[in-house]
Parts: sequence; C-alpha cells; structure tokens
Amino acid sequence: MNDIGNGPKVVFEIGKIQVTETVVIGWLIIVAVTILCLWLTRGLKKVPEKKRQVLAEMFVNFVNNTVKETMGPSMMHFAPYIGTLLIYAVLGALVSLIGLRSMTADINVTATWALMTFALITFYKVKHNGPLGYVKSFGQPVAFIFPLNIISEIATPASMAFRLFGNVAGGMVITGLLYGALGALSSAVGLSFEAGSFGFNVFQVGIPAVLSVYFDLFSGCIQAYIFSMLTMVNVGAANE
Amino acid sequence: MGKAIVLGCSAIGAGLAMIAGIGPGIGEGYAVGKTIEAIARQPEAKGDCTRTMFIGVAMAESTGIYAFVVALILLFANPFIGQL
Repeated sequence: MNDIGNGPKVVFEIGKIQVTETVVIGWLIIVAVTILCLWLTRGLKKVPEKKRQVLAEMFVNFVNNTVKETMGPSMMHFAPYIGTLLIYAVLGALVSLIGLRSMTADINVTATWALMTFALITFYKVKHNGPLGYVKSFGQPVAFIFPLNIISEIATPASMAFRLFGNVAGGMVITGLLYGALGALSSAVGLSFEAGSFGFNVFQVGIPAVLSVYFDLFSGCIQAYIFSMLTMVNVGAANE
Repeated sequence: MGKAIVLGCSAIGAGLAMIAGIGPGIGEGYAVGKTIEAIARQPEAKGDCTRTMFIGVAMAESTGIYAFVVALILLFANPFIGQL
C-alpha cells in the first residue's frame, strides 16, 4: 500500500542532483524513439513499397492535418514540436505496460511541458501585441480586473500539468489498490500460495489486465492527445 | 494520540474531497450525450464534433483532477503531520 502513492525512486546521484526513475525512463524513451525513427525512415521511396513507410507517413500526415486544422496554415512550423510532444507523452504513459513506472505520473515532467506551453503562449502574445500591449491586455475590459486576469493566465499551464499528471497517476493508484485488494481477497479465501520468496495469488491473474486496458492504453493515449491539443489551441489563440 | 487523530481526519478528508468526482461525471456524460446527438443529426461533422468534445471533456475533468490531487496530498504527502 505504501509504495503506491510515493514518488519515483532515486536511481543514482550526481553530486547533489538526484536522478530519479522518471528521468532514466525518459532517456530510454528518447533512445527508443530515435531508433524507431531511424528504422521507419530507412530507404524512403516516392511510392511507398514497405509497410513501415506507410506507417510513418500516416503519423506525419495525422500530425500535419491536426496542426493545420487547429492552428491554421500559417503555424505549420509547430508540427514537429506537437508531434514530438504527442509521441513522447504517449510512450511515457504506455511504458507502464512493460512494468516500468509511467513517466507522466510525475508532476515534474508534466509541469515542465506546461511551462514550455506557457512560454510559447507568452512569446506569441508579446510578439503579436508588443510588450506594452501585452501588459495592457491584462487590464481589459476594465482596469480593476487585473489580478483576475493574472490568475487565469497562470491557471492555464497549472490545469494542463495537473490534468495529465492526475489522470496517469490516478490510473496507477487505482490499479495498485485493486492489485492489493485482490491479493488480500485471495489469501482470505485461501487461494494464495507461497513458494519461498515467490508468492502467487489466484485472483491477481487476469483481472487487473482488464482495468489496465482502460487506464494505461485508452487513458494514456487520450490524455496525451488532449495535452497536445490544448497546447495547439492555446498557442494558436495567443497568435490571433 | 494527536498523530492518530490527524491521520484519521486526513483519510476522511481525502474521501470527502473525492466527492467532487460527481461533478465531472455528470458534466462529461452530458457533453458526450450532446455530441452523439449532434453526430446523429449531422454525421459528416463527426471529426469536428469529436475533437471539440475531447477538449470540452478535458476542461470539465479539471475539477475532478484537482480534488484527486488534494486527496493524494492528504494520503501520501500529509502536510499536517509535520506541524504536530
């Protein structure tokens, strides 16, 4: 029970900097994506012959079309960033399927991404309105609403960070609680066997996998999509 | 004794905080129902409807997520224990 809600473990330390599980898993995902990209784009032909080229084109087309429809054709240079965010968030959530800790179940990761979005929003607002116009826009429509506008400006990245973190961490906690409850149920009915250090509980077979399909597969992909979608909508709105 | 009371009250508080899950549940169900009505009336607008619905549902979910974060803090990173 106690290890469910704790943060990621510290793997090793460099001086005083603690390198956690999350960071190491992030590195693994970066390596995996690099290898995947190299493999998918090897020997490209004008008319695709191999299945992997069709797959790569499908993903690139999907990202390009989504960016074009949400942000407009003038913001197409955002497509690589959005694609990176999408594939990193999806793999960061799906990594729990092979028994590692989800990367996005760490508030530091999601808060970093939300801060990046916040920086982009502020940059485009300043670029569009000018520095003075940006400060003035907080006093719209009346001057005394200034503090409220600042709160709503900060609420955007905060809610984005908490949303992604909360969904993935919530799925992790619920699956962990269910796993513990099924173990307790098995030993209460007497269907729990132990051989040395290896324990086996009958009810723990199969049942958590059903929940895992929703919380890991479905929720992970949908939340990653929503995060990149909100990034596109917010940055696109800042440039209008 | 004091620690036991704080721990027990924190657990009750976490449970109470998660009552907020009712709101997003109702709201999201309503949004999805309306989207299905819209798609049934105009099937060619399915892509737009679905995309807008996902953003709206994600917005509606925020309050539930805030409650969940509060519950998590109360259960696993209790700030009141340190004040004893």
